[in-house]
Amino acid sequence: MHSSVGKVLIFALPVVVIAWFWATALMERRRLGSLAPLGFVQRNGVAVATYLVLAVALWAVVMIVLPQLFMVDLSFRPKLPPPQVGGEKDVYTLANYRYFLFGSATDTSSWNTTHLQAFGLTIVASVLITAFNFALCYPLAFHMAKAAPAARVRLLMLLLIAPYWVNEILRAFAFRILLGSGGVLNQALLGLGLIAEPIDFLGLDVGLYAGLSYAYLLLMIFPLYNAIESLDTNQIEAARDLGAPWWHIHLFVVMPHAKPGIASGCTLVFMLTAGALAAPLVLSGPRTLWFTPIVYDRFYQAFNWPQGAAYAFILLIACIVFVLTVMRLGRLTLGEITR
Amino acid sequence: MAAAVDLSHVTIRFGDFTAVDDATLSIEPGEFFSFLGPSGCGKTTLLRTISGFIEPTEGVVRIGGEDMKGRGPNARPTALIFQNLALFPMMSVADNITYGLRVRGVSRAERRKTAERLLDLIALPGSADKRIDELSGGQKQRVAIARALAVEPKVLLLDEPLSALDLKLRQHMRNELRAIQRRVGITFIYITHDQGEALTMSDRVAVMNRGVIEQIADGRTLYTAPRTAFVASFVGENNGFPGRVSAVDGEIAAVETAVGVLRGRNLRKLRVGSDAVLYVRPEALVIGRGSELFAGVAQTAAFEGTLTHVTFATRGDRPVTLTAAGRAAEAIPSEGEEVVLGFDPASALVVPAEGGAHA
Ligand SMILES: Nc1ncnc2c1ncn2[C@@H]1O[C@H](COP(=O)(O)OP(=O)(O)O)[C@@H](O)[C@H]1O
Ligand SMILES: [Mg+2]
Repeated sequence: MHSSVGKVLIFALPVVVIAWFWATALMERRRLGSLAPLGFVQRNGVAVATYLVLAVALWAVVMIVLPQLFMVDLSFRPKLPPPQVGGEKDVYTLANYRYFLFGSATDTSSWNTTHLQAFGLTIVASVLITAFNFALCYPLAFHMAKAAPAARVRLLMLLLIAPYWVNEILRAFAFRILLGSGGVLNQALLGLGLIAEPIDFLGLDVGLYAGLSYAYLLLMIFPLYNAIESLDTNQIEAARDLGAPWWHIHLFVVMPHAKPGIASGCTLVFMLTAGALAAPLVLSGPRTLWFTPIVYDRFYQAFNWPQGAAYAFILLIACIVFVLTVMRLGRLTLGEITR
Repeated sequence: MAAAVDLSHVTIRFGDFTAVDDATLSIEPGEFFSFLGPSGCGKTTLLRTISGFIEPTEGVVRIGGEDMKGRGPNARPTALIFQNLALFPMMSVADNITYGLRVRGVSRAERRKTAERLLDLIALPGSADKRIDELSGGQKQRVAIARALAVEPKVLLLDEPLSALDLKLRQHMRNELRAIQRRVGITFIYITHDQGEALTMSDRVAVMNRGVIEQIADGRTLYTAPRTAFVASFVGENNGFPGRVSAVDGEIAAVETAVGVLRGRNLRKLRVGSDAVLYVRPEALVIGRGSELFAGVAQTAAFEGTLTHVTFATRGDRPVTLTAAGRAAEAIPSEGEEVVLGFDPASALVVPAEGGAHA
């Protein structure tokens, strides 16, 4: 019975969502009456319209909605050998979430410190890396959008984009080579006589944080650049003419205008950093435990898919909460961020 | 008392291009001073130099007697109103107006009082908490003025502030601006390519052409005694007859033109043989009278109520316009009719040809 609830949820929900959109569109049409612009169907014919709607719906359902719903459903089930799946032991349970909190599916006497710490570290470090990314990218984005001549903007863009043609794993290994105990940086410092013996950058997690900070830099730069570029330069000059020092102009003229760009850059970088896998796997020191490798281990080391699903779901919820908080703090709507 | 603004041999270059060439002038405290010239003649550049956004390549800018060299726009006692106003759309009307005070650390309550006082001044009471995009074009215009006045500048600089408004509103805002200037009593420096605006509002006008200030005078003088061919043709309608000075007799010079020898006042004291242009205003031309006469064939007549404008083809390469008012308009020749046009030497002016000797 319980599993049929899950199936109903998985298959009925998308239909409900599509029906809901359809109904609102119909209502809008009715309200606007003959003022409504010529519809997509009238312009392209029923066949094309039907195909498009079905194709998009199918893509959305099969590629996005179904897997996620499946994972959520899975996270509330026990780990069972295949013959028992769907059997009478396959009941909804909070055991996987309990394991995250207490390190045991049944005992709740002690906390699962390893995983909770990793989770906390991941969230806090992602927030800090996001802030660092913002601090790094804002001046550059402002320079490119408002100060640099066109030729320099093109050059900077190229310099920013080119490294990202190299894939993520390779970039992470490049950081290892750069920061390893026999790496370029240590050799240079040794050669200059600044240090007596190599510094263990990777063990100190310098590599991890550097790699993570670099990994999603572009996703901060571009929203910021676009947002600042659309600001009328005269507004900056007007503020200056009225006596404002530079920091005041940035704080009260440029940033309020660029708020949607700042929010979308920050949420993107936060989500991707918190969910990054390659950089933590390659660059983590021996002591650090980033949360994503733990999730990965649930699936492929412990072969406990339900638990992995629960862990992934916890991370997703944390990210969504973060985004909603940022939006609330900035008094932004989803429409503004995605503009 | 020191001049409000004093420019001394100010030249501004962008690379090889000279945007403002050797501008020297002095603007009195409380004066409404305009720069008038066609688009691209360097007006905005000069205004930005006074407000501190551009350092002059050569020359000195003084405000209230002080050399402004090295002082940025935030350290000058000027306020600039931008061509597109540049109000802050994410702030309320009151926050826009008092932005400059907030920068100076004025308390919220104090700012509110100032905002309300200025909103009264610009005749927009009760709009303090509106958003900028709720205002009409004319209202935005006034908020921009209030924002600039809030920092109590010694000099207010206005860059074609009315150009975005429709005709009716523009006429109204002219009077409004002048009235505001009288009320606050500070120096206004106004930029425009519209001679109507410049002449109606200003105490004095500087006419600019290709980076050069050609003449500085009050509107009446610019109209009746332009010093250069550019000023004569740019300010008001005018009929120009290019030629060469053939005789000089005291105040009067004779110019050999394509339509014959014509005489006019020689205020620039041109000598015989110099290239010159003789200018006659359309309203100074009459049919069949006057001492200076030439032939013309009537082409088109534009009846405008009180005034009628008639164009004539002559032996010169440009058509000549005659403006008749009231009863004189009844005697308009019909199209194709050949008539003799005339004027008085006292109502015509001889100026040096453009690019010719500036005697
Ligand atoms: N920053 C600049 N660099 C190069 N040329 C400029 C710059 N600013 C203005 N100019 C040039 O100077 C001339 C005068 O411009 P401007 O002062 O804006 O004219 P106006 O306000 O009278 O229309 C124009 O030909 C313009 O192209
Ligand atoms: Mg201009």
